[in-house]
Formats: sequence, C-alpha cells, structure tokens
Amino acid sequence: MTEAQSMAPLASPGNSPMVQFRNVSKSYASGQPAVHDLNLEIDRGAITVFVGPSGCGKTTSLRMINRMVEPTQGTVLVDGQDVSEQPAAALRRSMGYVLQSSGLLPHRSVLDNIATVPRLNGVPRRQARIRAEELLAVVGLSPALGKRYPAQLSGGQQQRVGVARALAADPPILLMDEPFSAVDPVVRAELQQELLRLQQELAKTIVFVTHDIDEATVIGDKVAVFATGGRLAQYAPPEELLRAPVDDFVAGFVGRDRGFRSLSFASARNLPLQPAVTATAGTLASAPAEGWLLITDDGGAPLGWLPPGQRTSAAVVTGGSLFTVGSSLRQALDAALSSPSGQGVAVDAAGKVAGLVDAGEVLQRLDAERRG
Amino acid sequence: MDWFLANLPFVLELSGHHLYQSVLPLVLGLLISVPLGYLAWRMPMVRGVILSASSVLYTIPSLALFVILPVILGTRILDPANLIVALTVYAVALLVRSVVDALESIDDGVRQAAVAMGYRPLRRFFAVDLPLAVPVLFAGLRVVSVSNISLASVGALIGIRNLGVLFTDGLLRHFLTEIVVGIVMTLVLALLMDFVLVGMEHLLTPWNRHRKAGRKQRTATSGPGNHGSGDSAGTARRPDAAETAVLHESL
Repeated sequence: MTEAQSMAPLASPGNSPMVQFRNVSKSYASGQPAVHDLNLEIDRGAITVFVGPSGCGKTTSLRMINRMVEPTQGTVLVDGQDVSEQPAAALRRSMGYVLQSSGLLPHRSVLDNIATVPRLNGVPRRQARIRAEELLAVVGLSPALGKRYPAQLSGGQQQRVGVARALAADPPILLMDEPFSAVDPVVRAELQQELLRLQQELAKTIVFVTHDIDEATVIGDKVAVFATGGRLAQYAPPEELLRAPVDDFVAGFVGRDRGFRSLSFASARNLPLQPAVTATAGTLASAPAEGWLLITDDGGAPLGWLPPGQRTSAAVVTGGSLFTVGSSLRQALDAALSSPSGQGVAVDAAGKVAGLVDAGEVLQRLDAERRG
Repeated sequence: MDWFLANLPFVLELSGHHLYQSVLPLVLGLLISVPLGYLAWRMPMVRGVILSASSVLYTIPSLALFVILPVILGTRILDPANLIVALTVYAVALLVRSVVDALESIDDGVRQAAVAMGYRPLRRFFAVDLPLAVPVLFAGLRVVSVSNISLASVGALIGIRNLGVLFTDGLLRHFLTEIVVGIVMTLVLALLMDFVLVGMEHLLTPWNRHRKAGRKQRTATSGPGNHGSGDSAGTARRPDAAETAVLHESL
C-alpha cells in the first residue's frame, strides 16, 4: 500500500464528492462521441439524476462508474479512487445496480434474487436469505412473495425487488438505470415516492438515469441535463433548472409548462385558507341552498361538490385534486384549477377538509414572494 | 408375439446395449458441445468456423465413419467404442448449434444485470447463462437423442450388438417378426428417452413452469373477452395471433 492510498480515503471528509468524472470521454468505433469531456462531481448522500434525450450518453456515463463501460479518455473516481485500478467484479459488488425492467434473474426466486450479491460475497445462504426477507419489508412487499419467481410478480413489484436486490449488500452507492420507465404512470409515481422515503432513511449516494424530466425534478437533489453528442448542458438543483435554464436546449428539454412545474418547489406554508361550508349526506336537508356545497363523509374527508341549487346526493360532482396543507404551491394551484367549484379543497395530513384555497390567492402569494 | 416372448431376454439385452450406445454419446456430445458452443457464442471470429465445421461433420455418411474410425482411433473393427465415438461426433455436430441458439435465447437485460451485480464470467456462465439456456438446449437434446437411437442401429452392419442386429438377422432369414420387434423396440427406446428428457427439463426449470402457467391463464382470460365483446371476427382474431407470436418466441 502506498502512502497516498493509505491517507486519502481515511482522511476524506464526509462532504467530499462520492463520484467524480474528470475530463471523461467515450467514443465508439463509429466515431460518434457517446460522452464528450464530462466533468462532474456527485454529492455524497444525495440523489443525482442524469437526464436527457436518448443517445445523449447518460446511461454510458452511469455505466462508467461501475466499469460496465470503460472511458476512452479521462478518469472516474469513486471515493477518491480511480475505478480503472479496481477489479471490476469487486467494484460492481460494492455498488447497488437497478435496471430498467428490473433485470431480475428469471430462474431464481425473489428471495434468492435479493440475496445475489451477498451470496457472491460469500455470505452463507441462510444468513443471506434472512437479510433478503428483511429487505422485502423495507421495499414494502409481503414476505409471502419471497418464494415466487419474478414472472409471477407485477411490473411494480419486480421493480421493488430490483431495489431490494440493489440494497442487499448495503452499498454506499446505488446506480439506477431508468428503473421506473417500464411501469405505468400511477405505479411510477408510487415508486418515486417510495424511493424518496427510502432515501430519507438510508441516505445513499444515488445516481439515477431517466429520460423523463418530470421524474428528474421530482426525485433529484441535483439534475445533470445531457445534450445530444454526450455534452453536459447544465448541472443544477431542479428548481434552478426550471427557473433559469442555461441555454435553448435545456429550456426546450425542460418543457413548455416549466413555470407551472417550478411551483412544486415553492412552499405553500401559511397559505391563507377560506372556511369551507360542508355537509354530509345526513345533513343535506339543513344545508344552505346558495352556491357550491362541499360534501364530506362522516369523518370529514371530502367526497365531492354539489352545484348551486341542487341538494340531492345524486347530483354530487366528483373530481378536483386535493391540496395537502403545507405542501407546494403547485398542488394548491392545481387543486383550485381542477375543482368544479373553482375553489380547491385543502386537507390536513389525516385527509380531513381543512378549508378552501383560491387560485387568485396562490398567484398573489407567488407575486409577494417575488417582490420580497 | 410368441417369438418376442420366447426371445425376451435376448431382445432386452440388445435393448440395453442399444440404450447404452446411444445415451453415452449424448452425454459426451453435450459435454463437448457446451464449451465449443460457449466459445462460438463469445467469439464471433471463431463462430463461423465452429458452426460450419459442425455442419460438415454431420454430412459424413454414418457407415463410412464407422469404417474409418478404427483406422483413426486404432481400435478393433468390432469395438463398440467406434459406434460411440461416431455417434458422439454426430451429437456434437447437432448440439453445438443448439448450445449457441440456447445461449442467444437469453434476455440481454438479464445478462447485463448479472454483470452489473459483479458476477465473474465463469460463475455467471454456470449460475445464470447455463440454467437459462436449458429450455432451448433440451429441445436440441431431444432431437439428438432420437437421431442417436435410430443411427445406432446402423452399427449392426459392422457387427456391433444392439437392436440393429434384429434388422440384419431378420433380413438374412426373411423373418418379418424379428424386424418388426426391432422397429417397435427402437420406437419404445426413443419414446422412453424423450420422456426422460422432458422430465429432466421439467425438474431443471421450475421457474419456466410458472411462466408458462401465467401465459396460459392470460390466453384463457383473453378468449372469452373476445367473444363477449361482440366485435367483428377480424378484430377478435388479432389478439389470438399476438398470443401465438408470444408462444413462438418462448419456443
């Protein structure tokens, strides 16, 4: 062991970058560069998203971290160490990897899939399976699924198993290659929230590849936008990306309704709420006949709206998104815009009606924030 | 039937030889084909050479091979080893291609996942590639098993004891019963071997059973839906075609 090696990793402070790309380029035999002179530092314990159109080098860059792809030029450092100097198989086992459409081994049971990397590291089968069972619970799957084969699971369940497998050896780094792109939008949103929840507990360094800018802004602490030709166009926190795209490419990629989406990052704390006039099915008869009336169940959770003048439960209009008090201005505005009555329904953490929110109020709030 | 019963020990003894002479080459052929097929699969440069060489091997007439082998191997002309080596050659000729096809049938995403998790190549081959190759590989094995059992009879022409003896002897004596018994016993052996191979495949691929069951379920549920929808026959047919395509892929 040289002196430099013995000192560097041990002495490195907790906030040094986990992964560094230094002048990294990759070109294939065809001559077209897949990645062009990439310089990037990935923060420890944060989610960094690589996003861009197909063929922009985001997956290639990800795969250079665990040596699935070797750079033509430049160096990739993990925890201060050049990856090209480390044995590939051992390096890969030290990082979790989640693939598109899960990449589970079809001939192994769910538990054995999760136990793969510990088993490769020589952990006894029993011990590896016990750990795998714990991980099933961590990713929110029933232990009964452990004996099944991957083909017997839904797409969303397979992705969860994929995440559990990546976590099995408790690696500090997770590489996720378009992990949620093969599942439907509802399940995808669920998996994204689940990943954020897991990340709060685990605080891994996650590198996440996606072509979906919405996914990138929801998940990422920092987002790297790649442009065609393998050029890094912008590397910034998502709110900055939406607020101040650095060039036309990024602006175009971030999309037309980026103004609306950037509201996701504006807190709606202390947004004034209007008192709501509500009734339940039982109290309909005594409700005022004027204006829109919000109907709730006996527990106070919103069910729908009754149009002015109509006071029979058959006339209830459902629809309209809900705004959870304290969340983002985007949710508040969306609740107001999507509500049949024009007023968004605000609910507390328990799902009970807390009041009504006005679109004008949201815009005023935004205006006030800009001024001061 | 009387002849068969009277000569049962003789027929069974010949069947035993016959089985041994066709199964051993099948096993040897597999052991040789797997590494050859793996090389052909991993190295495109070698691939053409291996695959064309194996095709050429199969075109050598069996009788010629039986006669030439003692000269090459230095064995006695009546040694069953000649037959076993010859049948092994044919088995390799057919199986190398099966092994390549079987390895190619594996989903690339699965292979990438295995690499990403840190499998080294040799362990990956035995733990991931080979088990997943079993369904396609066994299709090849079943063909070779039948082909070996029928080819082995030719050995009787050069004096090797197996069911082929019933053909040569029956022809010489113009005794049809003996020939028929020979044919029936060959068929029985072929069916028996096929049954054993199907059973082995079943045991080796518990994961594939569930997959097939899932697929059948899906086909079954899509069936009544098509009828109930009241669509024209043309639109109702289309999902069936898609299902067939999926089934073909799995073969």
